[in-house]
Amino acid sequence: MENLFNLLHGFSVVTSGQNLVLMFVGILLGVLIGVLPGLGGANGVAILLPLTFSMPPTSAIILLSCIYWGALFGGAITSILFNIPGEPWSVATTFDGYPMAQKGQAARALTAAFSSSFVGALAATLMITFLAPVVAQFAIEFGPPEFFAVQLLVFATFVGMGKGNAAKTVVSTMLGFALAAVGLDTVSGQLRLTFGSLDLLRGFDFLVAVIGLFGIGEILVSVEEGLAFKGIHARIRWQVVGETWAELPRYWRTSLRSVLVGCWMGITPGGATPASFMSYGLAKRLSKNGSRFGTGELEGVIAPETAAHAAGTSALLPMLALGIPGSPTAAVLLGGLLLWGLQPGPLLFVEQKDFVWGLIASIYLGNIAGLVVVLTTVPWWARVLRIPFSIIAPLIIVFCAVGAYAVHNSQMDIVVMLGFGVLGYVLKKLNYPLAPLVLALVLGDMGEAAFRQSMLLSQGSLAIFYSNPLVGSLVTLALLMLLWPAVSYVRDSLRRPAPAPQLGVP
Amino acid sequence: MEIAVAAGFVALALLVMADSIRVGRGWGSDGPEAGFYPFYVALALGAAAASILVRHWRLASSKHFVAPQELRRVLSVLVPTALYVGLLLLVGLYVSSAAFLAGFMRTQGKYSWPKALGLGIGVPVAMFLLFEKGFGLPLPKGPLENWLGY
Repeated sequence: MENLFNLLHGFSVVTSGQNLVLMFVGILLGVLIGVLPGLGGANGVAILLPLTFSMPPTSAIILLSCIYWGALFGGAITSILFNIPGEPWSVATTFDGYPMAQKGQAARALTAAFSSSFVGALAATLMITFLAPVVAQFAIEFGPPEFFAVQLLVFATFVGMGKGNAAKTVVSTMLGFALAAVGLDTVSGQLRLTFGSLDLLRGFDFLVAVIGLFGIGEILVSVEEGLAFKGIHARIRWQVVGETWAELPRYWRTSLRSVLVGCWMGITPGGATPASFMSYGLAKRLSKNGSRFGTGELEGVIAPETAAHAAGTSALLPMLALGIPGSPTAAVLLGGLLLWGLQPGPLLFVEQKDFVWGLIASIYLGNIAGLVVVLTTVPWWARVLRIPFSIIAPLIIVFCAVGAYAVHNSQMDIVVMLGFGVLGYVLKKLNYPLAPLVLALVLGDMGEAAFRQSMLLSQGSLAIFYSNPLVGSLVTLALLMLLWPAVSYVRDSLRRPAPAPQLGVP
Repeated sequence: MEIAVAAGFVALALLVMADSIRVGRGWGSDGPEAGFYPFYVALALGAAAASILVRHWRLASSKHFVAPQELRRVLSVLVPTALYVGLLLLVGLYVSSAAFLAGFMRTQGKYSWPKALGLGIGVPVAMFLLFEKGFGLPLPKGPLENWLGY
């Protein structure tokens, strides 16, 4: 019951004049970011983060999280109308969304996409409302070994559950940790990995890295593919919306399954992109229309959109309750907490009630506002995409540069951003996952501190990670995850005497 | 390319390990030394990169990293961006953004000079009003802005 009162209080925080305006501004900016290729949730939020330095934290998080919801909605628009995913998590939406648009059912596909996004987000938010305080309560008892174990589990999950090459996931993670270690060591005050350079003294800021990796890197990937927006005009009539809504309950089974997949993938840091693919795959296998998937089935739009939105939203649960983000965008929001002077972690629920419940309330309202906004403004967004690439591309690059500079008022950061952009492009081409890199950059210092404090407690004995049942089971689970690729490799090669060489599965 | 990137990561790992040994990777009087943690991070990085290296070495794939056509498209954005960043360090963000926007529109989009210059100058002016006046967030400036009295 107490949670409900807190939530009601949160609603009153959000609906106070200025915050309500910020919510709509956030949604509109978010949809724009979601529609434009090259600007995504993570780097869009990172670029705008410096603008919120002077705001109260609650208003800032409402603005930024609404950008995130808007971006989640916006990704679907380009997927369905132009067959170009505005965001990685809407790739699976193109499979059936674009064929539907070609058949003249664009409005039906868009309505289904937006509505299922909304359902996914709503389900995940309900889960956050009731589960996050419990998890935080539980986590308040955590000491350094437990925190380190949770982090270990997070990165082990990337290795164990991630698609593609496990070694590449390890490289990406460790690269993030190594980059995080550059600069002043906070414990001993020694300089590490600076090689006498003053510019490296501050270390690498993950916001700059995010803007480079996802912003510049993404633009380079999109130009390489050669963009052309030859899409279908869309206008959503309310009659079609009503018809589609009447149709949606028929697919409750798919929706429910997608919600579960999404919530699971969001909490364990799988993220929205794998969640959408997994949900699409499951729907294809389990639905009785499965064989017609890819030709414009409504279910093929519902499944990935529900899961992507559920995952994107539930990624906030570990961020709020444990201080460990479940997705790159959640990582950026976590970085925002630090910049606004809030300490992420379980105590947030005790010390910053206004902030936490204001955020949770803004997820509810933001998604309702988002649904209304996207349903009514689709034709306008479709027109934005007709702006030629030779104008959009330099504009996005200029915004990236401004964003990277504004983090620390440092011109050097713009050069660093460019470097990360090239790195992001190359890694993306070679199928190295970028999410673990970003998460490791954010969590690097915290992870190292937790590890060293544990080592101090135990005087250098690793046995501390098996000192009580909780930390022991977390570490065991993490180790199992780490070994999983090896196990499945052995199993596969036993089954097939000569395994076909697999080069970076796309 | 796979091999080159993996080799680069192995080299990076060795570099980090060397530096970690320099600052001390062992156990000091007050607990783990500064290099303790990065050393093992680098060890894992090197091991994983080496395994990728070995695997691709044996496969000896000759697949192109990018087709020449694609490379040209990527460079058509990357080179102007690099020039932009270089110019930015010299003359500040506003002037370089104007030059970058106008130049990009002119060369890639084949826009007429008036259109390219219009947008190229309009956007930095709008940015100045938004960031400098609106949010009180000063952006890097160069000689032109000094001359104008900012």
